[in-house]
Amino acid sequence: MKPTDTKNPEYFHKVVDCQYACPAHTPVPEYIRLISAGKYTEAYMINWESNVFPGVLGRTCDRPCEPACRRGRIEEEPVAICRLKRVAADNKDDVRAFMPGIPSEMNGKRIALIGGGPASLTVARDLAPLGYEIHLYDEHAAGGGMMRSQIPSFRLPDDVLNEEVGYILDMGIHTHFNTYVSSMNEILEKGYDAVFVGTGAPRGRDLVLPGREEAGKNVHVGIEWLASVAFEHTHKIGKKVIVLGGGNTAMDCCRTSRRLGGEEVKVVVRSPFAEMKASPWEIEDAMHEDIPILENHVPKAYVIENGKLVGMTFEKVKAVYEQGKRTLVPSGEPEVFIEADDVLVAVGQQNSFPWIERDSGVDFDQWGMPLVDALTHQSTNQRVFFGGDAAFGPKNVITAVAHGHQVAISIDLYCKGEALTERPAPFTNLVSKKMGIHEWSYDNDVVNDQRFIVPQAEKKAALSDRKLEVELGFDIQTAIKEAHRCLNCDVQTVFEKDKCIECDACVDICPTACITFTVNGEEAELRTRLKAPALNLTQDLYVSDTLPTQRVMVKDEDVCLHCGLCAERCPTSAWDMQQYLYKVTKAG
Amino acid sequence: MTYIRPKFRHPDLPKNDLGYTTREYEGSLSTLCAGCGHDSISGSILQACFELSIPPHRIAKLSGIGCSSKTPNYFLGNSHGFNSVHGRMPSVATGANMANRDLIYMGVSGDGDTASIGMGQFVHVIRRNLNMVYIVMNNGCYGLTKGQDSATADAGSKSKAGSVNPFQPIDLAGLALELGASFVAQSFSGDKEQLIPLIKAAISHPGFAFINVISPCVTFNNNPGSTKSYDYVREHIEETGKTDLVPEKSEILASYESGTGTEVMLHDGTFIKLEKLAANRDPFNRMEAMNALRNARNRNEILTGLLYIETETEDLHHTINSTDRPLNTLEEEDLCPGSAVLAEINEDLR
Repeated sequence: MKPTDTKNPEYFHKVVDCQYACPAHTPVPEYIRLISAGKYTEAYMINWESNVFPGVLGRTCDRPCEPACRRGRIEEEPVAICRLKRVAADNKDDVRAFMPGIPSEMNGKRIALIGGGPASLTVARDLAPLGYEIHLYDEHAAGGGMMRSQIPSFRLPDDVLNEEVGYILDMGIHTHFNTYVSSMNEILEKGYDAVFVGTGAPRGRDLVLPGREEAGKNVHVGIEWLASVAFEHTHKIGKKVIVLGGGNTAMDCCRTSRRLGGEEVKVVVRSPFAEMKASPWEIEDAMHEDIPILENHVPKAYVIENGKLVGMTFEKVKAVYEQGKRTLVPSGEPEVFIEADDVLVAVGQQNSFPWIERDSGVDFDQWGMPLVDALTHQSTNQRVFFGGDAAFGPKNVITAVAHGHQVAISIDLYCKGEALTERPAPFTNLVSKKMGIHEWSYDNDVVNDQRFIVPQAEKKAALSDRKLEVELGFDIQTAIKEAHRCLNCDVQTVFEKDKCIECDACVDICPTACITFTVNGEEAELRTRLKAPALNLTQDLYVSDTLPTQRVMVKDEDVCLHCGLCAERCPTSAWDMQQYLYKVTKAG
Repeated sequence: MTYIRPKFRHPDLPKNDLGYTTREYEGSLSTLCAGCGHDSISGSILQACFELSIPPHRIAKLSGIGCSSKTPNYFLGNSHGFNSVHGRMPSVATGANMANRDLIYMGVSGDGDTASIGMGQFVHVIRRNLNMVYIVMNNGCYGLTKGQDSATADAGSKSKAGSVNPFQPIDLAGLALELGASFVAQSFSGDKEQLIPLIKAAISHPGFAFINVISPCVTFNNNPGSTKSYDYVREHIEETGKTDLVPEKSEILASYESGTGTEVMLHDGTFIKLEKLAANRDPFNRMEAMNALRNARNRNEILTGLLYIETETEDLHHTINSTDRPLNTLEEEDLCPGSAVLAEINEDLR
């Protein structure tokens, strides 16, 4: 193998698994360290800079970071990264002083943002401090988009959302709430220098089966129903409720039903339980609220008696796997009838752009999705940009935020007349953490604690109040213990070949057998000859140049604990522990 | 902030025949200087015992005094251990071996512990062919007392302070050969590929097995001008050949062109495989081994690898015709066989 190029900013970035997996590349270990030092405000601001909604995401994020966490590869559970983020948000001081200032003189450019969700707000957050005049349009009475309309209050209290949306709207954003934009051409005619479309994936799919028409208003489309609950148009539901679908929306629907009078709420999914799309923790929370989840049930018909919905029939199936493809085959068992007063359909959502005229210069593909450049987010109309769910289909809040940052860069470059493909390089910094003998300026003691559980509100109280937040968040003592579980993967093991005397001390001391000195070879073959086989192909090998004995140093990054013992044991400081800070560069 | 070894290990560590990983062979965290050659030797002993699938409780580690003699604390934490008096490890080993011949005896010593204060003990344990492994971690200086020249420091070798050693060194491998040791090898702490198979072969050898391991003292004897530094040793090493130990059950697949390799069968059916032997090297000829060692010295080279092995050797128990069983398994009837047997013995003496 060729010697590893650690000058490539992505090499060490990839070692920080959580940050690498985060769409917005939040410097996770850095803020976790700050939390364990009691610096909640600083931890919050690191988050805010990257992901804009730490309080919201600390409660509702899809957490792509956690399955990536190295801790999950050396023991059972990853660090509770998401809930630590909430700790920073809950315990911070007033952060208004740290928010970017708005220039007294604007730059004269006007930008329209259609939709008031996380993507649009991120664009606003990045562009307003640069002097852009931002006009934000949303059909609802308040900003936040799906964070407000689809995430129930018992998961995300209004005041948390209002606070973080407020930080952005207070940057002199011109808001046009209760304003449904019905024509792209009209917006374009208003002469905005750029238009951003962040309208999400607003259309929930209905499920048309026999009896759908007669069932009428007792069948609800999940996201629309959640929105009508959020905006206080709906206050109750029948005692028996069926929720169709196995995603996070279904989980929100069933749990909301339990709070609006639903006593027998059942979630019914087509697929096997193990393949449900909802996050495991959300499934767990639903089951904790006495909501059974019935798997392998394919809905057949709405059953109507005396003109009123009384339930649904389902066909039982089993999953058959052939060549990696799954098919659901009828199991031959009799049809199942489940009683219901109301049915909530949460079987997916779609993009919908009825308001964008096909002569607006924005081209669409055969599935009705806009043609958007994956890097620049620019549409075929150079002035129009897309982000969030509106760009490439439904994802999640953190992805929308990441899009927002990129769109802000594109719009800024576009308004300056520069090439959109010339993206700014990330900010990186690599600095030694050595303080002295056995002394590092980070906590390199690897604790053995298992993941701590976030306490929840008492069930009876939670079910009787739609707005009572179920998760109570970590108390500070537990948060600090959980923070100590972080392995500090951003403190990199940096090897300097010229200083190495090949004494093998690092090889002998490494608790997880990461380091091997051996003759070089092709990667696939080299992976088999290491001290412990390097079977995780998603993790890189760190390879040095050839040493005097004609061998190379090979380090398998997979289960490195970043404990620093290699550097402790190195007599010549050929190994050093250096903190790597990687930040995605923002617009401007 | 801390210097504590985490408890986590690689989840896919290889397992040996006992189902153990190297973790079961680890000891406490070393307190020697960072980069000490001794730690590499500890690592090699650990690896050799792991690869041979020896249950840790079957091993007794013995040592004297010195940096080297501290190391048994840093490997095989689940084995027996005795950190004895300076230079007196061979006596303790002899006693232990006489009492319980079923254990594997791993003696660890240094150049001071062996070539100075313990020289008398060392030569006698060789003479007696006690069944043990005797490893000298040889750094040519007294590291524990700030690096004075030891008896194995080469004449002309320069200390860290700049003084040149005027005295001739004691060649421990040469001495062992001269005194009739049945297994003599020499190696370098920085060459685990050579050292681990040598330790495995030494453990399998049914008599006294001596390995002199050059082990640089990073703190006091790794300077330019020293003949025991990492750089000097690497530049002046001359291998006798490659050694490997093949367990009994393995099939020997490789065949060698005549003159390039040979296999030595040990008493338990395992083989020592010697590859790429240097021209005219014969590991079964003591005279030839002594010559090769001396010739290499004359060329300022350090001859490493297996120097000499005597496969048909008889250890001390055999020589003095002691009981086949460990003393702690002898019952009263074995120890007091009764008046009839006493009468028989008395009869023999009349």
